[in-house]
Amino acid sequence: MAGRRLTMAEAISEAFAQEMERDPNVFIMGEDVGVYGGIFGATKGLIEKFGPERVMDTPISETGFIGAAIGAAAAGMRPVAELMFVDFFGVCMDQIYNHLAKNTYMSGGNVRLPVVITTAIGGGYNDAAQHSQCLYGVFAHVPGLKVVVPSNAYDAKGLLIEAIRDDNPVLYMFHKGIMGLPWMAYFQGSTTEVPEEPYTIPFGQARVVCEGKDLTIVTLSQMVHKAVIAAEMLAKEGIEAEILDLRTLVPLDREAVLASVAKTGRLLVADEDYLGFGLTGEIAAIVGEHLDRIALRAPIKRLGVPNVPIPYSRPLEQFVIPQVEHIVAAAKETMQGRVAAGGRA
Amino acid sequence: MSPSKAQLLWMYEKMVEIRYYEETMAKVYLEGKLPPNIQKGLAFDIGSGPVPGEMHLAAGQEPVAVGVCAHLRDEDTVVGTHRPHHFAIAKGVPLDKMTAEIFGKKTGLGKGKGGHMHLFDPAHNFSCSGIVGASLPPACGAALAAKKRGQDRVAVAFFGEGAANQGAFHESLNLAALWQLPAIFVCEDNHWAISVPKEKAVSVASVADRACAYGMPGVCVPENDPLQVFEAVGEAVARARRGEGPTLIEVKTFRYFGHFQGDAEVYRPKDEVKHLRALDPIPKLAARLKQDGVLTAQEEEAIVARARQRVDEAFAFARQSPYPAPQEALEDVFV
Repeated sequence: MAGRRLTMAEAISEAFAQEMERDPNVFIMGEDVGVYGGIFGATKGLIEKFGPERVMDTPISETGFIGAAIGAAAAGMRPVAELMFVDFFGVCMDQIYNHLAKNTYMSGGNVRLPVVITTAIGGGYNDAAQHSQCLYGVFAHVPGLKVVVPSNAYDAKGLLIEAIRDDNPVLYMFHKGIMGLPWMAYFQGSTTEVPEEPYTIPFGQARVVCEGKDLTIVTLSQMVHKAVIAAEMLAKEGIEAEILDLRTLVPLDREAVLASVAKTGRLLVADEDYLGFGLTGEIAAIVGEHLDRIALRAPIKRLGVPNVPIPYSRPLEQFVIPQVEHIVAAAKETMQGRVAAGGRA
Repeated sequence: MSPSKAQLLWMYEKMVEIRYYEETMAKVYLEGKLPPNIQKGLAFDIGSGPVPGEMHLAAGQEPVAVGVCAHLRDEDTVVGTHRPHHFAIAKGVPLDKMTAEIFGKKTGLGKGKGGHMHLFDPAHNFSCSGIVGASLPPACGAALAAKKRGQDRVAVAFFGEGAANQGAFHESLNLAALWQLPAIFVCEDNHWAISVPKEKAVSVASVADRACAYGMPGVCVPENDPLQVFEAVGEAVARARRGEGPTLIEVKTFRYFGHFQGDAEVYRPKDEVKHLRALDPIPKLAARLKQDGVLTAQEEEAIVARARQRVDEAFAFARQSPYPAPQEALEDVFV
């Protein structure tokens, strides 16, 4: 019998429900997480099961309730706080990066902050510059935050349960365009079989989405699905791409990246975050630092939003957010590329 | 302070124009977003059609925009919200460029880069933001600039009752009162912060009650009536222009549509909108103006026709305008 299939939103709300049943210290705070069920469906059905004491609609006061999550965690609870769009971090970042991320360290490990911040990321539906960003690079940049970015329902459930049980702060970032919402186009590959029982997926383990010998595509979140379509197109032209879904940025599975690139000799990083000073540069640097054990056959290639805010108009947005055809073109260029002959002694 | 006949007629005409604009937008927005022309299994696709993305409409909130802007000049500043069309229209933002922006066209206010929540018209000192509570600090800034330069200008920040729980609200009120800035803070209390009703989010009955904590007058306008708004704001603008500092005003207003178009509003009592529609401020104002001999049936007809024509022309302009070339996405990060 084939397993049950869930959308990513359904998998996330199921993970919440199971952890809330298991542990009375888990509770959720956020805007519209109650009767509405979360703007992106991540908390659907929870208030009916657990009531408004454990699924708390908050005022639009992110500094207040995210800061309160930190305080409640220090007092021994396991709060989850939903930041509706990651773009809104601007109104509450001090609590996140100066406190949530640092208090454990500054206390010499004496303070535990098992807080999960869930948040929606990503563009592609013309919501413009303040509602379309990914920004996981910002959070991964700040030491002290684990950063989880699932690409499908199976991973979403296992990674969320792992996040809730982790004794450290976790940013859990879901892309709107893979949640399987009835009001937004999405990549159907994100809807997968999901076991009914609770399970965890350890952080820091990338997933090989498909194997290939010619080129490694390192990616995550919604871009995984674009890469899969691109790989199918490339296969028709005789190019075998290996796709690596990072799943978590902190911790980062460096060994998986190095092993795959050692095999293929070619690296394309495909990302929806800003290109500059972020994930793509980090991955490229990791490979660059290991050229003693990796023989690159072509220069590294990076795709990301080219350091402009996300524009509203459709042709502009489609141009700046990497699409399937951009991945195909970049992969082909990488296949044509050559490294300079001979190294210097 | 009573409005002149010209002000009364202006307020009425702008309310009619705003309502027709929002109703037209509601229809156009649905184009291309419904089955069967979208991904199978979806009921609605927010990213399709000529006007994609989130759409927050202000039908029902017209009295706030016109009652405030009737007192303003071009050089006064208005900072709006994520639900900005009524403010923009009342402030005199050109309808054609604004509509083209909402269609993502090159002829739009921001060449298609901003969209409906991010309308910028420096010529009319209008801007807005998609971030809740973000209108107050820049209004303080505009007021500060006017004060520093000795100009007789005021700045208005509009925001919803949900925004009154943001740090930016509290910080701005303190700053404006401390520095005696010529600012007017106008809270549109439409009762709903997306799905959360005011009584579950705001610790006081009226946001205006918070004014005393910062040492400024707080006024609650109890009805969604442009004349009541006009009177309260007239006083506040006069105070501000006299250099006597800021005022906080709360207006009880109506949200006729969902938070965004496509919102199923599962959280909202079924009859609420029906009840609010029965109190529609536009026919109420028309009846009153007729009763007072300010408006004839013939004038009313002409006003409605004029307003509709302006809106229809703006939509036609937007539709006919070209999209920007994709590479233009790389321009305008810096000047």
